[in-house]
Amino acid sequence: MKRWRWPSLTLFTVTLFLLWLLLNDTLAPGQVVLGLVLTIVVALSTAAMRPLRSRPHHLLAAVRLFFIVLFDIARSNIVVAGVILGSVKRRSNSGFMKIPIDLRDPYGLATLACIITATPGTVWAGLSPDGHALTIHVLDLQDEETWIRTIKHRYERPLMEIFE
Amino acid sequence: MTVTEIPLWADLAASLLLVAGGILTLIGSAGLLRLPDLFARMHGPTMGNTLGLGCVLLASIVVASALAHRFVFQELIIALFVVATSPVTSILLMRAGIYRRRGDGGTDGKVVAPLDGNA
Repeated sequence: MKRWRWPSLTLFTVTLFLLWLLLNDTLAPGQVVLGLVLTIVVALSTAAMRPLRSRPHHLLAAVRLFFIVLFDIARSNIVVAGVILGSVKRRSNSGFMKIPIDLRDPYGLATLACIITATPGTVWAGLSPDGHALTIHVLDLQDEETWIRTIKHRYERPLMEIFE
Repeated sequence: MTVTEIPLWADLAASLLLVAGGILTLIGSAGLLRLPDLFARMHGPTMGNTLGLGCVLLASIVVASALAHRFVFQELIIALFVVATSPVTSILLMRAGIYRRRGDGGTDGKVVAPLDGNA
């Protein structure tokens, strides 16, 4: 364990605190105090499990990315529904593909993994040991160029802006 | 609290959303039957986890807000937790599938297309 220090006011602690108030659906003084105490205790006791400090900036870019992802998830739901209900030929188009990747921040990569996997039609299948190539599995592997462009432009670039 | 207290518009919107979410999840689950292999099958249930769940949560938000006469959005937390956790199991399943295929002596550890059965 590192030496004890007062938890800094990070995005993590603020989020935890807001989450507590939201879950209890209240702004009552008692709950605010309880939330504060719990937040501090949780932030302190999990500090050892979060050895890497993340310094996300450009919150505006994060908000924009959120809506891009929301839109993409909705759109690819329709696409995947089309594939599932489609012909046998359409259904057996899946395969792995590699994408060169420049994002290095672990939190950024974790977010990218969540985005890619949460979007129907693509699943994260691993990162090469040197971290330069990402493998994903795509349900509708028609042209790889479009997928590479989508992931690099729509997700990777904003993530690099946010985390690096 | 009786059902009649919900205004008609909220009732209609929530019903439509529930039906849409149900259909999306059903199609996604049908993907388990209709898609050819493990890796392709992983994409189907994701639909129920994302837009299917989203529709159900939106319906819940509409009904709860109409009942409470204010905007209730706690359901968003559910979406946050599902989107943050379900990919972890998906990725683990994916990795397990890849390692099993390697065990078959298929591709000596390299993750390369094409998959079995595909061109």
